[in-house]
Amino acid sequence: MSAEAAFKKIFGRPESLKENYTHYCPGCGHSIAHRLVAECLDELGLRENTIGVPPVGCAVLAYNYFNFDMIEAPHGRALAVATGIKRTNPDKFVLTYQGDGDLAAIGTAETIHAANRGEKISAIFINNAIYGMTGGQMAPTTLLGQEATTAPGGRDSSLHGNPIDISAMIAVSNGVVYVERCSLASLKQIRQAKKAIKKCFQVQLDKLGFGLVELLSPCPTNWKLSPKEAWAWVNEVMVKVYPLGVIKDTTGYEDKK
Amino acid sequence: MRGSNVVGEAAVRAGCRFYAGYPITPQNELPEYLSARMPEVGGAFIQGESEIASINMVLGAAATGVRAMTSSSSPGVALKQEGISYMAGQELPAVVINMMRGGPGLGNIAPSGADYYQATRGGGNGDYRTPVLAPAGCQELADLTFTAFDIADKYRTPVMILGDGLMGQVMEPVIFPDPIDIKSLPPKDWALTGCKGRKPKAIFSMLLDLNALYNHNLHLQEKYDEITAKELRWDTAMTEDAELLVVAYGTPSRIAESAIEELRAEGIKAGLFRPITLWPFPTIPLRKLAAKIGKVGVFEFSMGQMLDDVIMAVGERAEIYFYGVPGGIIPTPSDVARFLKSSIKGDGKVGRRIEA
Repeated sequence: MSAEAAFKKIFGRPESLKENYTHYCPGCGHSIAHRLVAECLDELGLRENTIGVPPVGCAVLAYNYFNFDMIEAPHGRALAVATGIKRTNPDKFVLTYQGDGDLAAIGTAETIHAANRGEKISAIFINNAIYGMTGGQMAPTTLLGQEATTAPGGRDSSLHGNPIDISAMIAVSNGVVYVERCSLASLKQIRQAKKAIKKCFQVQLDKLGFGLVELLSPCPTNWKLSPKEAWAWVNEVMVKVYPLGVIKDTTGYEDKK
Repeated sequence: MRGSNVVGEAAVRAGCRFYAGYPITPQNELPEYLSARMPEVGGAFIQGESEIASINMVLGAAATGVRAMTSSSSPGVALKQEGISYMAGQELPAVVINMMRGGPGLGNIAPSGADYYQATRGGGNGDYRTPVLAPAGCQELADLTFTAFDIADKYRTPVMILGDGLMGQVMEPVIFPDPIDIKSLPPKDWALTGCKGRKPKAIFSMLLDLNALYNHNLHLQEKYDEITAKELRWDTAMTEDAELLVVAYGTPSRIAESAIEELRAEGIKAGLFRPITLWPFPTIPLRKLAAKIGKVGVFEFSMGQMLDDVIMAVGERAEIYFYGVPGGIIPTPSDVARFLKSSIKGDGKVGRRIEA
């Protein structure tokens, strides 16, 4: 019996990921999110038909890790860039991969209006409640009381406003078909996140409208926690402000089953 | 046909299949025209939520190899500078129409030339240039729209067409070039099409490696040098026997032409030098002609912006006189004729002498 026949490969690098080392910190959620996106693209056979738009922020170099066509967008403009791609190439699969600063602060207008137009685009939204790349400044999603380098003593609603729940905000629009919030801080949730991403991609393939998956993502470096403590913080503190689960689903997929 | 509509029809005929823009006076007829025309040719029209979103939609469409365009007027073009800088860095072709209005700030909606600096120097960050074409009438609006898309594709750069509120509104007869066959355009091997059968591509402007960014900027500069060498455009009229060379572009060049004809009827000889590319500026042709004639009169709808380029071109080779009006108030040909007479006399009573 040959070696090929004797052994079955049960785990490997998804084809949608390049063979590169990432620059992400130990315990960061980005590497997990990248892998989930890549696995879903592979399983749906989409890699060669995909054009992706990474953010400005920690994932700005995502085109070094994702193994499909990508175009850099100015900070916050990913969904506008993606709109231009999708409207001129309706047969392509178009996704954005954005952090909270990109999608929910500087790009708020682009996010809300792409969603409201019902653009047939899939958005992966990484929420780590902090500005990672620039070194720990307050994010639009930073929790009240959470320390940030520009919110000494912790976020104070009277000074800094409140954590923004942009997923819930866009969900009120008729153009938005599917929004789910998962976390990257437990094995169960990581598996759930993959299901959500795959469903979000299916929404685009079925031309139903706009889909977004928010992923609560640990940032041990800027939270000044160990990776294990960061997982615990997501599960015990962050989920109270950003509850996990389906925020909107008008796909009708479950009805058909 | 109205100037703004001319640009819209010319763009479609030049193969433009994507337009995104945000309403702003005085160029709203252009998006209105394209909102109906684009779907007829299988193109896409989007009214963006802002000028920033619109230019970035154009960036996305352009990255896939589609001929794409946006349009606006002065304050709106200020907002587009981010996208223009990114496209310069990413080497993406696109056409940006700017029908200038009065500024600074919200200014007014009257014709202006106050954004010559913004157009030719660029308001975006980084060491880049944007080719700028300045039409002087509806026929040239049509022809230069074709040219703009060709230059954009050939050199992979955003290109601006710089008109003003009057140019966008004026109605003149136009003979349109025939529509091009999009399939006949040179293939864009850099475009993102999905990586089927090839390695994935990425288009980006961030080059963290010091040498990589250094070399990228040298590469861009080589391209700008080539554009300067090959794409200079200007026009002259009645210069052979002229005692004064009038330098004006766009709408002011039309007024200057009438003023020159008025003077010629009185036996006073002036001629016109009209830059068509504002960047690259036709420095050497202007220098030669100005040196020969000895006197230059600069007329523009600003308090002296193109004037800088004229001074750099002419230096002390000729006397330079300047007549500038802030946007909104359009001088008559007779007003300009008085300036030209004063310049020929050298008395500086209308406008002012630029001391070398």
